[in-house]
Parts: sequence; structure tokens; C-alpha cells
Amino acid sequence: MSRAETTAGPGLHDGDPGHRPGEPVRERAPAPPASRTPRAAWSLGLFGSELLIVFRRARTLALLGVLAGVPVLVGIAVRIETRGGHSVGGDGGGGPAFLEQISNNGLFLAFASLAATLPFFLPMAIGVVAGDSVAGEASTGTLRYLLVAPAGRTRLLLAKYASVLTFCVAATLVVVLSAVVVGFSLFPVGDVTLLSGNTVSLSDGILRGLLIALLVASSLIGLAALGLFISTLTDSGIGAMAATVGLLITVQIINNIPQLHALQPYLFPHYWLSFADVMRAPVIWTGILKNLALQFLYAAVFGSAAWARFTTRDVTA
Amino acid sequence: MTPVAPTPGVVIETSGLAKQYRGTLAVDGLDLQVPRGSVFGFLGPNGSGKTTTIRMLMGLIEPTAGSARVLGRPMPRSSRSVLPKVGALIEGPALYGFLSGQDNLIRYDAADPTADPRTRKARVGSALDRVGLTAAAGKKAKAYSLGMKQRLGLASALLQPRELLVLDEPTNGLDPQGMREIRALVRELADDGTTVFLSSHLLDEIEQVCTHAAVMARGRLITQGPVAELSAGTRGRLEVTTPDPVETVRVLAAHGVTDLVTDPHTAQVTGELPAEPPDLAELNAALVAAGVRVRGFGLRRASLEDAFVALTGEGFDVAG
Ligand SMILES: Nc1ncnc2c1ncn2[C@@H]1O[C@H](COP(=O)(O)OP(=O)(O)OP(=O)(O)O)[C@@H](O)[C@H]1O
Ligand SMILES: [Mg+2]
Repeated sequence: MSRAETTAGPGLHDGDPGHRPGEPVRERAPAPPASRTPRAAWSLGLFGSELLIVFRRARTLALLGVLAGVPVLVGIAVRIETRGGHSVGGDGGGGPAFLEQISNNGLFLAFASLAATLPFFLPMAIGVVAGDSVAGEASTGTLRYLLVAPAGRTRLLLAKYASVLTFCVAATLVVVLSAVVVGFSLFPVGDVTLLSGNTVSLSDGILRGLLIALLVASSLIGLAALGLFISTLTDSGIGAMAATVGLLITVQIINNIPQLHALQPYLFPHYWLSFADVMRAPVIWTGILKNLALQFLYAAVFGSAAWARFTTRDVTA
Repeated sequence: MTPVAPTPGVVIETSGLAKQYRGTLAVDGLDLQVPRGSVFGFLGPNGSGKTTTIRMLMGLIEPTAGSARVLGRPMPRSSRSVLPKVGALIEGPALYGFLSGQDNLIRYDAADPTADPRTRKARVGSALDRVGLTAAAGKKAKAYSLGMKQRLGLASALLQPRELLVLDEPTNGLDPQGMREIRALVRELADDGTTVFLSSHLLDEIEQVCTHAAVMARGRLITQGPVAELSAGTRGRLEVTTPDPVETVRVLAAHGVTDLVTDPHTAQVTGELPAEPPDLAELNAALVAAGVRVRGFGLRRASLEDAFVALTGEGFDVAG
């Protein structure tokens, strides 16, 4: 019986609980390290590790904090405005006609907050995280150690993109959740009057809210790919972040110059506010589908460009 | 670009390896052979192309010309199968400042798809232990000193049992005690059968731990081979400590000793013995017979530095 143990001993290189790896091995000719094979499930560890890297960074938490603060500010402002009993004017500073409904139904704070953050705050946060993803690791030198680990360039890039997309969802959810908490505590909640004038139940309204959150998060995947691509171009994390955010601002400006309307349908933010069409009965899908198609096009083009660049570049930093 | 079959018993093999950065030719026609089981010192002054060579071996940069094999497989093509068996420290450590030392190692281990997550904690623990960082494992890496960072970088190379360790200036930033520990660690690893390839510009360091060495200068390989052979190429110098240098020089010259140099600070006279050296005891007796007061007398073993100077005919300075 102990014979079986002794023969099994040397084979159980890693699992043997009796042998701590730090202990000096007193055999004369030690076996070469057992060749290890990669496992698909173990590859997920890299994605998990990426998520930790993104979400444990103080900067990420600060960005999410700012995003959570927007609904609080909007909610309080509306609350103060409507104290006298009159509703907020419909001149719509906060996007498509959601603002004046907040005082009647707290759920609308979520829609108004998404409409308020989608043009800049939300994509800016994505630009920072996506721009930093590869370039930040290059500038601190950690990229070379990931590559000799070996993470594999394609695998690392995929893990990076997946973690940026996860951040897109998380950032959107932070806005929505903060808005729901603030909206439900400051304002009455009930049946939802849609933009088209019909009224639907609160549960129907909440489902539409979830769909909107999903659409808003999806609106960011094009920018995420663009940021990732820019991030593979340079060894400066700050530079890549600034370039991505700068590009976002430029594109948003072009998107609002009427003389450049020929260009606008190809700009990634052009159909962003189409999510408001979910709040109609029946839902108008054209803008929403155009937005999704454009996002996937950007993701495909800049994702491929990022891959082509990252898998061939010299890593000298 | 079809490299020939790998030479057996050689873990690193390059042929005509070259790298040109914009403008500078950093590595030029390198033919390197690192035998399995050796502790291989990769020597050269600053900017001679050591790190550039290591980057090519690790698949981080593409060679401009030539080819490289690591563990018998072409790089960078076989990175996925080769690199899990290689631990590397390249141009100093790089860490996530906002993570603890331990979490840094967990991060790097998670990047290796061949690393079993079930043994991760234990392997990280023993790697930290090996470099003497267990007590500081929970401290944020940005609060580490230079030497502690260097140790953590070494720990990341030791997360798995490796066939080859590539260490770029591993003792950089370490205190004397730390240097000694690293040398002991390198010897221990070599005893376990790991080949260690370490670059340095410290000649004594190479002399103390390495079995083999290669010398680079200005991107070119000057020589490579067993350390004993490299320094055997140059004969040792005779060294006499005496308060009577003038008479010493006269007597030594009469016995065929050449290249005599007097150093007034150390009161030493040194010189090159002739091709067929006289009996040292008789030489000493001749000095005493001539009335020279001899305080010290002996043959200084040729150092790698002597070998280096002999090989290049120049000092150990950065090329312009
Ligand atoms: N990223 C880079 N871009 C351009 N030139 C570079 C780059 N990295 C290194 N070089 C040049 O290549 C040459 C070799 O540099 P390398 O870093 O390989 O030297 P080294 O032997 O490691 O020096 P040291 O002992 O200082 O670490 C130097 O002339 C250097 O200026
Ligand atoms: Mg170097």
C-alpha cells in the first residue's frame, strides 16, 4: 500500500500536499518541470484578473462616483424647481423630453440621467478606461511581463476589450441604479406615460428601462474599440486617454454642425439618443438598429485594426 | 529564414540575430549558444545590446534579421509553448503600484494559461518566500523600495518550476546582502537543473556565479565560452609589494618580466611574466638577494576584466 504512494509521489508534482515548493529538493537529478498544457477554463483567469485591475483602480472608482452623482444632482435640481407645484419647462436641457416628467414619475429620472450622461460623461469614462487599457500597461512596463507570462497577444487584447465592455455595462448600470434610488425616494412612482402619449404599467416601464440601459451600454462598444485601438498605438497611457477623449469631443462637435450633415451618419455618436424611441408604443426600431449596426461596424473595424497593430508591434517599453 | 535543426543540449541558440531601431543598429549578427544546465553570463557595457537581445529571445520584439531558438523552438513563433517554461526579468521589474506584492504575483500568474489556479496561492507564497518578501507580501507595491521591487520581479520569474531563467541585471538596486542572496539563489536553481542566463555589466558578479559567459560590445558578440577558458586566455600578472620599487623593477626586468608598472599608492610593482616563466621561488630569492625588502609576492589571477580588456583592447565604457 505504501508502495503505491511512493511510485505516485514524483508524478504528483504540483498536487502533492506533502511537498512545499519552497523546500529544497534533495534528489540528485531532479525531473525537468512537467510540461503543462493550457486549459481553456484557466484562460478565463486572465479576464477575471483584467476586471480586478480595472475596478480596483482608484481612478475607475472616481469615474463611477462622478457618474453616480449625476442623477443625484438632476434629481435634487428637479425637486427644488417643482416645489412650488409647477413642473419643469419643456425646453429640455436634459435630452428628449424626459425632464418634465420626473416630478410625476421618479422612473423618468433614470431616462433623463442616461440622456444627460450619454453625450459626454459616460463616453468620457469609457475613453479613459479603453485608452489606458494597453498603453497604460506599456507605460508602466507591466505589458512585457504579461506577454512573457505568456498571456498571448490576441488573448490579452480580447481580455482587455471584454473588460472595457464590462466597464461600459457597469458605468451605465451605476447611472441607472443611482437614478432609480434617487428617483424613487424623491418622487412619486406609478404608471408610465410614454412619449407617444399612451400609458403603460410600472413593470412595463421598468422593462423598457432595462432595455434602454442595454442599448446605452451597447452604444459605447464602438468607442470602446476605437479607444482600444488608440491604446495600442502608443506607450503613453495618458496620451492614449487624452487622444481618445479628444477624439470623442471632436466627433461630438462635428456631429452638431449642421453644415457637416453628410458626414454625420457615419459618426459613432450619431444615433446614440435613439434609445428614446423605446419609450414609444409601438417602439420605433429604425434609429436603434442603425445605432447598433454602426457600433458593430466600428467594433469590427477598430477591433481588427487594434489586433493587427498589437500582434505585430515591438514591445520596447 | 529557415533555421537549421536545433543543436541538442543548447537552450538558447541564435544565428545572425540583428535588431535595428530607427537609426541605431542595437544588435548586429549575433551567434549565441547557451548550453543546457549552464549559468551563462551575458556581459557588456551599457548600451551594448543585452536587453535588446533578451527582448528578441522573449518574443517581445521582432528581429530585423537572423533567427533565434529558445528551448529548441523558434522564437517569437513558439512563444506560447516556450514561455511557460521560461522565467524572465527584463530591464528591471514592473509592478502595479496599487496592488500588494502578493496580488501582483497573482496577476502575473493568472496571465499564464498553463498555470493551475488551484495551486496559485501556494506557488505565490513560495515564490515570495524564496526572495525573502513574505513579510512585505501585503504591502502595496508602490511602497516598495527599489530592492524590494527587484525581489518581487524575481519572484514573478519563480512562480513555476522553469527550465530556463532569463535575468536582466538581477542584482540591480540590491544591497550587498541582497546580492549575495541572489547569487545563492542562482546557484541553487542551477543545482536543480535550471539553466540561468543572466546579463550584467558587473564583471565580478559574472565571475562569481557563472560557468559560461559571452561578451558583447556595440551590438556585436566578442567572445563566448566557459568562464575558465575566457580568463585563461590572458596570463596572470606578477605582483610585488615593496618599499624599493626601483631595484625591484631592475631585478624583474633582468629575469624577463615585461610591461612593468609601479603604483606608488599601493607600493606595488606589477608585470607580465614571460612566455616561459621562471620559477617564482627563485625569482623571489633573486629579489631578496638584491636587497629588496619584499612585503608581498604573488601571481594575481587573470580576471574577466583583464580578459575583456585583452579582447577588445579598450576599457569598459559606453560606446558613443
Ligand atoms: N526602444 C528603443 N528605441 C531606439 N533605440 C533603442 C531602444 N532601446 C534601446 N535602444 C538602443 O539600442 C542600443 C542597445 O540598447 P540595450 O538596451 O539593448 O543595451 P543594454 O546592453 O541592455 O544596456 P544596459 O547595460 O544599459 O542595460 C542602445 O544604443 C540604445 O540606445
Ligand atoms: Mg539593459
